[in-house]
Amino acid sequence: MTELAPPSPDAMAVVRAQNLGLTFPTNDGDVIALSDVNLTINKGEFVSFIGPSGCGKTTFLRTIADLEQPTSGTLTVNGTTPSDARLNRAYGYVFQAPALYPWRTIAQNVALPLEIMALTDKAERIARTLELVNLTGFENKYPWQLSGGMQQRASIARALSFDADLLLMDEPFGALDEIVRDHLNSELLKLWARTRKTIAFVTHSIPEAVYLSTKIVVMSPRPGRVTDIIESDLPAERPLDIRETPEFLRLAARVRDGLRAGHSYEE
Amino acid sequence: MRQLLAGKTAPILIVLLAIGLFWYAAAIWMNAPWQQTLNQRAGLENVSAIDFVAQTWAQDKPLLPAPHQVAGEIWNATVGTDIASKRSLAYHAGITLSATLLGFALGTLLGVGLAVMIVHNDASERSLMPWIIASQTIPILAIAPMVVVGLGAVGVTGLLPKALISMYLSFFPVVVGMVKGLRTPEAIQLDLMHTYSATPWQVFAKLRWPAAVPFLFASMKVGIAISLIGAVVGELSNNAGGGLGVRLLTGSYNGQTIQIWAALFIAAGLAALLVIAVGGAERLVNRAMGARP
Repeated sequence: MTELAPPSPDAMAVVRAQNLGLTFPTNDGDVIALSDVNLTINKGEFVSFIGPSGCGKTTFLRTIADLEQPTSGTLTVNGTTPSDARLNRAYGYVFQAPALYPWRTIAQNVALPLEIMALTDKAERIARTLELVNLTGFENKYPWQLSGGMQQRASIARALSFDADLLLMDEPFGALDEIVRDHLNSELLKLWARTRKTIAFVTHSIPEAVYLSTKIVVMSPRPGRVTDIIESDLPAERPLDIRETPEFLRLAARVRDGLRAGHSYEE
Repeated sequence: MRQLLAGKTAPILIVLLAIGLFWYAAAIWMNAPWQQTLNQRAGLENVSAIDFVAQTWAQDKPLLPAPHQVAGEIWNATVGTDIASKRSLAYHAGITLSATLLGFALGTLLGVGLAVMIVHNDASERSLMPWIIASQTIPILAIAPMVVVGLGAVGVTGLLPKALISMYLSFFPVVVGMVKGLRTPEAIQLDLMHTYSATPWQVFAKLRWPAAVPFLFASMKVGIAISLIGAVVGELSNNAGGGLGVRLLTGSYNGQTIQIWAALFIAAGLAALLVIAVGGAERLVNRAMGARP
């Protein structure tokens, strides 16, 4: 017992899915949302999930968050079940819409998880996370007083405030215009570099997926499945104009090919 | 003058003026036959048209009292009478107001309680909702005497029986409004709570309740007005305790139409003040909850 145990292959794995499947029963018969998904998200990775609607990318994220229950296979988060991981506050979740509570100020919205989890040093956490998303000075504003992009940044601050190491983001910038989106993408990369969090990011934008990720998971619908997993070789330092480089375009082309291969045009 | 016409004041004044003119005309028309009989009995002949009109506006027990008669009665029975006197309308209004407020408070609590049960338990929706709706299909005039007489038989008299009738009427809009209000949170707002592993109580206190507050105030505005009706109806069943309902009842026994109209106007004015008060509370709460001005 005195010997050092060899590092387990799971030591770096934050999320590990094996033969994961999820079927929704509906009136029109079963819908296979996820089929035979095998995937590992390692600590510190930025993993994007890309695919057309109905490919199960959001469902997979929700399964990690224990918002949906898999019907077959296994899924572990930090080595435990998704339910235990949720109880251990393993992740922060950013939804498609900001979902800020309109009767709370920005600071109070960020404080919501802190109140529910009964965490201390609220003021310090609020100040720190609002600073991370560049919203210092907006503490006492109500959500309706902020633009859509600022609201989504506030919701990211809320997901960061309780210091979970895993950040699950479900098309967080999908409703924003291109310019705001570019800005928030580069902000998100800086935030990721500063906090060293593991991020799982759902998107339907190829440039967004390639720009942000260290690993791109291409999915296809009916049944929802993984068709390609691409490790990005782009440098960690990514200015916005990296999107014009040949390396970037080559990755984007591979993602597009993966999407095309998985998509059936029969219907 | 232009400012007056542009604002809200002028339209309101014009409508008031029209109602007043219509009322005075109706008073002439409705009181004329009885005035003719009176004049014949008194042997008065050749009464000029102007005098006759003045007579129709000054009867003791007119079919329709003229506005100034009602206004005079309200003045005499409030400002002109000692507030502790049983002839004071202010005294009776106070009795009705206390029953109204107690019934409103009980009704709001009952309504919120039922709504919370219904929202958190599907079985209670199916088992309770039909009874809640059925309760409002029974005429309150039929129930009120049974409640007042029944409770009187077991020694419960005074404020409480009337307040219970107010409660019976006012809980309904609160249940309906709050069931809707407590269900307004969107799926992602509830999912968010789930990702925090929030307890059902935390979901209620931090999400469902604040989301339902606007619905609560809308319901309470309806509830407080019908609470007053409930209290007045309760008083009709028991004329010992006083209240505006008793004034209406004794007025109709004695043909004191002016007294009836005065009590009616006091009741309507009271209801308006109560609704305005709830509206004021609503504005204060909205401001505290960051509503868009």
